[in-house]
Amino acid sequence: MPTSIFKDEVRELLEGGAQLIEVLPREEYQEKHLSGAINIPLKELDREATAWLRRDAPVIVYCHDYL
Amino acid sequence: MGFERVYDYAPGKADWSASGLPTEGTQAGTPTIGEAARRDVPTCAPAEKVGAVRERLGKSSFDRCVVVSKQGIVLGLLREKELATDPEATAEEAMRNGPATFRPDEPVEKMAKRMRDRGASAVLVTTPDGRLVGLLHRDDAEHAAGLGAAERT
Repeated sequence: MPTSIFKDEVRELLEGGAQLIEVLPREEYQEKHLSGAINIPLKELDREATAWLRRDAPVIVYCHDYL
Repeated sequence: MGFERVYDYAPGKADWSASGLPTEGTQAGTPTIGEAARRDVPTCAPAEKVGAVRERLGKSSFDRCVVVSKQGIVLGLLREKELATDPEATAEEAMRNGPATFRPDEPVEKMAKRMRDRGASAVLVTTPDGRLVGLLHRDDAEHAAGLGAAERT
């Protein structure tokens, strides 16, 4: 179960080397995303798509907002 | 998927963008209403007396007060009309319920034009779950959007 966090924690984790994943569709990612984020659309989010990511570093996922 | 630590940044891109934090992409850097909104808009609790709010507002540059819950959720709005009612009434009794609110990541240029077309002098900006972000004045929106004086009329 992912831990819910807010922006200050996101910044701290990023400074510590966390990996940032936007799970929105590719078009929305291309328009605007958090600096340094990679894009893995939710429908494609599986072990294969994330195989190249580090397992021992924190992972932060986000979309547009709460809804 | 084998990750040791997974975090969910639920407020997401809308929250990040509205806070002016760095973004990338074709639309990155587009001014948003969250950035242009005034954060120091006066607020009051539902139980506060209208007379007390009016007195407090008289010392500020704002002509309206946002009624918020303890959690900062927008409940209503006290404009000049509502503030002119019975000073002993509570904010909750006098307020205009359910004012229109807008999300902080909306492009400010689009909103400035919309406000001009509809004659709106200010709009409330809230997070998707209704928490107050600030009050966007049309002048501020037009300025942030870079609309010239001719376009502002």
